[in-house]
Amino acid sequence: MAGALERAWRIAVLAAVFALGVQMQARGVLASMAKYWGDIVYLSKQHMDMVAISGALAIAVGVPLGIFLTRQGVRRYASAITQVVNLGTTVPTLAILAIAMTVLGLGRPPVIFGLFVLTLLPIVLNTVAGIESVPPHLIEAARGMGMTRFEILLKVEVPNAAFVILAGIRTALAINVGTAPLAFLIGGGGLGELIFTGIDVSEPGMLLAGAIPTAMLAVLTDFAVGTAQYWFVPRGVNPLR
Amino acid sequence: MIRLDRVSKVFGQTTAVDAVTMEVAAGEVCVLLGPSGCGKTTTMKMINRLIPPSSGKIFLDGRDTDGIDEVTLRRSIGYVIQQIGLFPNMTVEDNICVVPDLLKWERRKSRARAAELLEMVNLDPKIFLKRYPKELSGGQQQRIGVVRALAADPPVLLMDEPFGAIDPINREVIQDEFMKLQAALRKTVVFVSHDIDEAVKMGSRIAIFRDGRLIQYDTPNNVLAQPIDAFVADFVGSDRTLKRLRLITVTEAMMPDPPRVRGEDTLDTAVKLMEEHGHISIVMVGPRGRARGVVRLDAAQGKRGLVAENHEPLPGMVDVNEDLRTAVSLMFTHGVTWLACIDDDGFYKGYITQRGITQCLAATSRSV
Repeated sequence: MAGALERAWRIAVLAAVFALGVQMQARGVLASMAKYWGDIVYLSKQHMDMVAISGALAIAVGVPLGIFLTRQGVRRYASAITQVVNLGTTVPTLAILAIAMTVLGLGRPPVIFGLFVLTLLPIVLNTVAGIESVPPHLIEAARGMGMTRFEILLKVEVPNAAFVILAGIRTALAINVGTAPLAFLIGGGGLGELIFTGIDVSEPGMLLAGAIPTAMLAVLTDFAVGTAQYWFVPRGVNPLR
Repeated sequence: MIRLDRVSKVFGQTTAVDAVTMEVAAGEVCVLLGPSGCGKTTTMKMINRLIPPSSGKIFLDGRDTDGIDEVTLRRSIGYVIQQIGLFPNMTVEDNICVVPDLLKWERRKSRARAAELLEMVNLDPKIFLKRYPKELSGGQQQRIGVVRALAADPPVLLMDEPFGAIDPINREVIQDEFMKLQAALRKTVVFVSHDIDEAVKMGSRIAIFRDGRLIQYDTPNNVLAQPIDAFVADFVGSDRTLKRLRLITVTEAMMPDPPRVRGEDTLDTAVKLMEEHGHISIVMVGPRGRARGVVRLDAAQGKRGLVAENHEPLPGMVDVNEDLRTAVSLMFTHGVTWLACIDDDGFYKGYITQRGITQCLAATSRSV
């Protein structure tokens, strides 16, 4: 029953994509998009470059920060700090970019900083949530068997939180890819260049030449992290397998 | 092996454990028993310093544990908790090898040890070593929780209500398995429980706690027979004498070397024997001494003939290795007041009567 529904759903999606393609082809949108192929490749690289740098920074800072927030002594402030972090997520991305621009000027640095801040939050929150969800009796068993705090972190807390931490990274990077087009507004380049210029000159082909690759990159990133999640999280704590 | 010397634990205003002094000899199972909040778990956790004592000394094999680094101390003590605490991210094999790995054992040695331990609890290593905890039943997880604590072969084992979360049927099975394991390994075990039946079954000694104080520390039979005060008597239950039935074997309570007759004896001989001993029935044995039947005095009197032609089937028999609980249960089942006692091969060893059981229990009993 569920299998049949899923298959029907897949067929419907494929049909819709096919119909969309036909429609776009008929209107000549595909042809006009193809004109921008060179730009798409160049800007995609630039786009992913920004995503990779800001994302890597966010992971490098976010996971340790999240872990730090769950350490003994800091833990009781963790909820207060995550509240502040939560507030941070409500600040619009554009506002973050604008603020970053006023401090760091135009170009790549403010963009990378802005995307970094944006990506950091879900990673920190998920790391904290993941580690706090490790049942206390596991920690007790680990202590009772003579693990040091660091061994407990490495062998028990992180592996058991890995799925949730990676879920945070997955969401964060997908958001990052999807938000990166805004970089164009403060001179950072990327696929936003095609999107915003396309809007300005009312050329849907150009707009789509930026928007569709952006969407595809987001999906690909999500898929890549999802695959990592599947393979890197131990089977015993991996709901995917 | 383990000695506590005026050990106390104070949390803020409350005294959780109050000057407890006790000693657990090597190879013994000491059950810490009491209602919740009595300090039994705290006392146990002070032994591996999961909870540091506020005052007092704890000696392990004569060594003051204050002088041993916490982590080293814990690695030398097996630890089993009620929630089992198997690490879900590790396979059964890795779970069992946690402490050997911490101690940096050679990998081949520790993995071989894991397989050996699984066999000891009747789990096939081929099937279970590579499984994850979520792929096991509760009972299987608990067995692995126990063997994990044994992995590095520590002399001391701390167990915090280890069988508390298992259904009653499986609990009995695992308790029996553990007793068998313990009989072979002779670890010094400190076992926290709130279940008097479990304590009586598992313990070589029972320590009863109340409000942080050690009230009574004695063998299960003595705790049941001579509770030190009304609290203990109440805690072990008004059926405490019935519980003692489990602790005494048929051998201890039976009358050994009873008179007996053979099939080729005459009824006359049987009657004489019964009158001589003041019995109202006598067991007939086979040529090699196996219990075959019974001859009743009232049926045999005044009759002539051989025992073989006039005996009745035995109303009930009990194995000499069983406990009195089984014996009494068999008596009730068959509606009799005595049972013939036989050994594993069926040889007639003696008989046990309700009166004999009563006397046996009364010998050491005391009312409070």
